[in-house]
Amino acid sequence: MDNKIDIKARIAAIDPAAVWSDAGDGMFRIPVSSFRETAEMLRKEAGFDFLRSLTGMDWGEEGLGCVYHLENTSTGGTITVSTADKDRENAALPSVQDLWKGANFNEREAYDFFGIKFIGHPDLRRLFLRDDWKGHPLRKDYDMALNPLNMKNEVSDDDAPSYEMTPDGSYILKRHPLFEEEEYVINIGPQHPATHGVLRFQVSLEGETIKKIDAHCGYIHRGIEKLCESSTYPQTLGFTDRLDYLGAMQNRHALCMCIEKAMGLEVSERIQYIRTIMDELQRIDSHLLFTSCLAQDMGALEVFFLGFRDREKVLDILEETTGGRLIQTYNTIGGVQADIHPDFVRKVKEFISYMRPKLKEYHEIFTGNVIARERLIGTGKLSREDAISFGATGGTGRASGWACDVRKRHPYAMYGKVDFEEIVLGNGDCFDRYMVRMKEIEQSMNIIAQLIDNIPEGEYQMKVKPLIKLPEGSWYSAVEGSRGEFGVFIESRGDRYPYRVKFRSTGLPLVSCVDTIARNVKIADLIAIGGTLDYVIPDIDR
Amino acid sequence: MKRNVNIKSMKYEDFNDNEYIENMLRELRENGTNVIVGCLDEVIEWGRSNSLWPLTFATSCCGIEFMAIGAARYDFARFGFEVARSSPRQADFIMVAGTITHKMAPVLKRLYDQMADPKYVVATGGCAISGGPFKKSYHVVDGVDKIIPVDVYIPGCPPRPEAMLYGLMQLQRKVKAERFLGGLNKGISEKEYERQMRADTNTAEDYKEYDESGLA
Repeated sequence: MDNKIDIKARIAAIDPAAVWSDAGDGMFRIPVSSFRETAEMLRKEAGFDFLRSLTGMDWGEEGLGCVYHLENTSTGGTITVSTADKDRENAALPSVQDLWKGANFNEREAYDFFGIKFIGHPDLRRLFLRDDWKGHPLRKDYDMALNPLNMKNEVSDDDAPSYEMTPDGSYILKRHPLFEEEEYVINIGPQHPATHGVLRFQVSLEGETIKKIDAHCGYIHRGIEKLCESSTYPQTLGFTDRLDYLGAMQNRHALCMCIEKAMGLEVSERIQYIRTIMDELQRIDSHLLFTSCLAQDMGALEVFFLGFRDREKVLDILEETTGGRLIQTYNTIGGVQADIHPDFVRKVKEFISYMRPKLKEYHEIFTGNVIARERLIGTGKLSREDAISFGATGGTGRASGWACDVRKRHPYAMYGKVDFEEIVLGNGDCFDRYMVRMKEIEQSMNIIAQLIDNIPEGEYQMKVKPLIKLPEGSWYSAVEGSRGEFGVFIESRGDRYPYRVKFRSTGLPLVSCVDTIARNVKIADLIAIGGTLDYVIPDIDR
Repeated sequence: MKRNVNIKSMKYEDFNDNEYIENMLRELRENGTNVIVGCLDEVIEWGRSNSLWPLTFATSCCGIEFMAIGAARYDFARFGFEVARSSPRQADFIMVAGTITHKMAPVLKRLYDQMADPKYVVATGGCAISGGPFKKSYHVVDGVDKIIPVDVYIPGCPPRPEAMLYGLMQLQRKVKAERFLGGLNKGISEKEYERQMRADTNTAEDYKEYDESGLA
């Protein structure tokens, strides 16, 4: 708390007009004029080096703005700041993409959804929607009829716009070419078996060496955040499973946690146990799929079959209790959908004793394989500083030596009480990203083994009113998803519907750092890099 | 000409919608065929229905279940689907596994156009059939049948692997009930078909802008 008061004083010293509002988690509102200066102070002096989430907002009368969730990775302190521009037609905020690299894609997203111009951003193209899209869909005054289905092939712009400040305080539009005339650019995706879904890269090559990568997202952008605004709170739950379908349990856990936090509801210990075990089963499932796909992309088809063989066993356990294989729709507000199956405990134990020796098989076939080692060790390095700056959490961050596990940073559910090791490796290359996941499977089994015998008696669903209304305010909750920090930000105006829901995608930071990782590597290594980054495209596009 | 739609993997009476297939057969019979061509047809369709190659195409969740039926437990290699092709030019059918958004729609259409005839489309899961849970969204196509013709619908969110196999077997039966030589059972005249094939998604205007002066 001392820290917070200190920060308060420092923010007030820069601009006395900055206000602290207490509703929900609480946040600072900083006037646009002094926002850039405050952001620089927070980054450089106060050490907030990790931008957890950047959320574009439409506050109606108060204008358009952004909410920034920041964290200091050395002290663990967090802070939420926001800023807004009253001018709805020409909303302009200073860009912070030079302070946090992760802000680059997030600001493009906010521009895409809200039409906020970020002054000083070098490449303010739309991120998700087509370049010829009309309007900005997440604004409250957006008209659905503006954009009927357009079957004309999309023409991508060859240059990127940027808004730059002039000395007299106004700003001018400049355009920069994305690729030079003499560059050799090839297109990978959106339909490509190694992009793990519909992601598109434009790759500039010199011989076989990659000089620059431009990522195009949005081919599976379903507008889930906008859909949430017209759904009641229980209805919003269904969408989270379909964001990152390999982390369906964890995603839904995050949203339930956030709503429960806002309602002030404590769930029983039995629910915490069940949720934790389910999250870890899901993580094992996801990491097995990761290994399968990575190996398949690199041509080792046998590992694919091994991975799916073991994965089916996890799915069977999940299915027995929840009724769903891939998308379980299990967590609910204040509990879980159904009590665990009578065979659940026995089957989970059987699975763990089956899985532990099987892991050796993967190491024998794949980890020790000469070709795999040649292609993975030393390729695609990401430094610790870059990982933090991009906000590349999960296995990617931990392979770069950043201890970024939400289960340790902000323990939730039962994670504060179980004993497990956070796998942190230091090389930041493809091989370490692979090994982090393999070792995490063991840790997940350790966590489950500690919990499975002691599931306490109690109710599996707390008493919750059928009509859920949250008080006014804003809340942020995060869980450790299968591939990084998955966060949920809810702003409520006291209605049955959320005013704004933002999902912190685990994959977006991973895609934004592909350009940094893949520069000056061979194009064939891009497949290994993409495979080990382990992004899920529907989670990026939302 | 007596044609059948029996397939080895599943009994005829175990299928739910035999009436639809019977209608196709009746239509085939009514149109009449030469004996030699008919016999050849039967052999060709037998071969074709047992070696349908899918395009590896997946946009979201259903794609993972599509991978699951490729793995050992469900193993669609038993029915001849295992040769998943990454190029649309080599694929027989496209399994639209996942949501199709406005940005993806022209790409999907182009993929479909690139496939060689005879080609089929399987709409997998709620999103591909009708938009699913995202029907009200500003960026989701509510049903791929709005942009490409669909042969088989497999409902579910995502469908179980068993459901996918069932749907693929329906596709096999449909292939068996088709005519291969002497024009496809497209339900449109040959002229109309030619016209549709020539009409690409690229409109004539795109070519006007194309500047050839820089080319050597």
